Amino acid sequence: MTTAATPMSVVTMPARSRSEVIAFAVMVALLLIAPVFIYPLFLMKALCFALFACAFNLLLGYVGLLSFGHALYFGWASYVSAYAAKVLGFNPEFAILAGALTAAVLGLVAGSLAIRRQGIYFAMITLALAQMMYFFAVQAPFTGGEDGIQSVPRGYLFGLIDLGQPLAMYGTVLVIFLGGFLAIYRIIHSPFGEVLKAIRENEPRAISLGYKTDRHKLIAFVLSATFAGLAGGTKAIVFQLASLTDVDWPMSGEVVLMALVGGLGTVFGPVVGAVIVVAMQNYLAQVGQWVLVIQGVIFVACVLLFRRGIVGELAARLRIKL
Amino acid sequence: MKRLLSTVAFAAVFAAGAAHAQVSDGVVKIGVMNDMSGTYADLAGPGSVVAAQMAVEDFGAAAKGLKVEIVGADHQNKPDVGSNVVRQWIDVDKVDVIVDVPTSSVALAVNEIVRQKNKVFLISGAAASNLTGDKCAPTTVHWTYDTWALANGTGNAIVKTGGKNWFFLTADYAFGHALERDTAAVVEKNGGKVLGKVRHPFPATDFSSFLLQAQSSKAQIIGLANAGADTTNAIKQAAEFGIVKGGQNLAALLIFLTDIKALGLETAQGLVFTEAWYWDMNDANREFAKKFAARNKGLYPSMVQAGVYSAVTHYLKAVAELKSDSDGAAVVTKMKSMPTDDKLFGKGTIRQDGRKIHPMYLFEVKKPSESKGPWDLYKVRATIPAEEAFRPLKDGACPLVKG
Repeated sequence: MTTAATPMSVVTMPARSRSEVIAFAVMVALLLIAPVFIYPLFLMKALCFALFACAFNLLLGYVGLLSFGHALYFGWASYVSAYAAKVLGFNPEFAILAGALTAAVLGLVAGSLAIRRQGIYFAMITLALAQMMYFFAVQAPFTGGEDGIQSVPRGYLFGLIDLGQPLAMYGTVLVIFLGGFLAIYRIIHSPFGEVLKAIRENEPRAISLGYKTDRHKLIAFVLSATFAGLAGGTKAIVFQLASLTDVDWPMSGEVVLMALVGGLGTVFGPVVGAVIVVAMQNYLAQVGQWVLVIQGVIFVACVLLFRRGIVGELAARLRIKL
Repeated sequence: MKRLLSTVAFAAVFAAGAAHAQVSDGVVKIGVMNDMSGTYADLAGPGSVVAAQMAVEDFGAAAKGLKVEIVGADHQNKPDVGSNVVRQWIDVDKVDVIVDVPTSSVALAVNEIVRQKNKVFLISGAAASNLTGDKCAPTTVHWTYDTWALANGTGNAIVKTGGKNWFFLTADYAFGHALERDTAAVVEKNGGKVLGKVRHPFPATDFSSFLLQAQSSKAQIIGLANAGADTTNAIKQAAEFGIVKGGQNLAALLIFLTDIKALGLETAQGLVFTEAWYWDMNDANREFAKKFAARNKGLYPSMVQAGVYSAVTHYLKAVAELKSDSDGAAVVTKMKSMPTDDKLFGKGTIRQDGRKIHPMYLFEVKKPSESKGPWDLYKVRATIPAEEAFRPLKDGACPLVKG
């Protein structure tokens, strides 16, 4: 990317805002003490989805590309991780990496096709490719069809730490989540991230300044797919299963909702959104047939009351960056 | 948070003085998990919770000194939601037995968790026959039906009652292929013939070209190797083509009372299929169905809900006998050693691999002129005796079966 080097260096790096540092510290502290009060498995699920939503937000919130097929990377990564851990006997860390790599490759293929188009056409292409791979998952023998891949071993991290222990598993998921979160934060605040935001605001102007916007968009797309895959692979190891739910289109919709409820284009929004959506699915499971009604009411309330998402609205009210 | 939720959850508490010390935390806690809002909400759903409550009441748990509590949850047909709920139920809420669980992917996930945690899993809603095959667990009992029993019952009984020539309409994925393969094998073993088959995409909405092929094959029986909305759509469109009026019969391989009710007799008449239980078979069933309907928005019980009643009854008997519910494998061993006997399924047994054994029935949907009431939908075409109804023990490849 030698051609882009000169204009990039002109972009001034924004100082890390104090509110973001404080919010990050609070989040880490909460996550460290949370397993004492909250059921760890639920927390792990929330963290996997939080990472997934952050990866999605990298694309929609910072490049302005609405992918409606992110379940493809999440779901296929979970299949590959589950298969690697169960059938090929990989260690959990390599199984998760294999999932993330698969997602990166899928993201490269789907991304290079989809970024040629804008807006609704972009969304439709990503959806079409995701559905294509969904039907492949339905048919392919190694995914187990609608039974999914069951009883995936959690195994030993680095061959040493027994992930069968809930707290060891939680620690691992927490490290993966924080690693992914910080990496995404770094990407957003790098010169590369500034270019992405420039593309979001006004693509023709970014082109006129000499940026190869397609190349930037593709890199962002692959990065987003990779982090989505990291989340998917981790989820497969946590739940010890991979199933069609994760590759189906409602999952692509769910991640859009998480990002929207939390706040698009905010660093912490997707995390909050993911926790809320997962908590609803989990705790409302007890009230049976009312789940959908309650979910609907909550979403209507969100759209009417917090247009910028919960975190976005909070940041706007307090005039801080989050 | 949790307190608030358990007040919302269904709870039937039968206080009865001092609880047994051996019963873990003093309460036998039954968790009914199924699809409360989606495709399976009518055939299982809240009705299964009602069935479990009725089983507890009829058993007279209070009089026997057992304190029983029932909780319900919606797994939304997602294996991760289901496995999260079950783990939390067992670890935090001290649930002792998980009941129902339609959707095979969720049931297979729950099967592994319950095995790991040594609790009890009573399956009524799920169909996958590998739950008592290569995936069988010492903590699981598969109660009502499975795919093998449906394929065998429908294939076998129809050929014996004269339906020799078959044509299959198959959903093009693993489940459809398996149903088609199993049924075709039974048909051919009994001297029938498969004239042809056609695979439709899954899920499909337009069956016209497939149905025309089936019609022109002149087969007596058109086997529908699919499930859910695919089956009901195929039946509706077959009615529009006048396939049944033209002398061919449809055989559904997986369909429930509530589906037939939704289709209506005009559309569904002449459809042949296998089920484990129907409310209009004897006086005890009819009486149960009336009481059940009064508590379940007027909906009559499906075989899945009847299976929940029967399974919970037998489970409570075993727990009362053992005076303990803490060791799941021990309770299931006790359940296997006692013959089953309840007012809905009558006498039966549970096999070593966890398969509950009872007769299955081949039903035919009545013509509108034959029906005497809104729920008078089936007539019995054949009874498949208990010893022939399920997969032979040695064919299942269940590791629990020795020799």
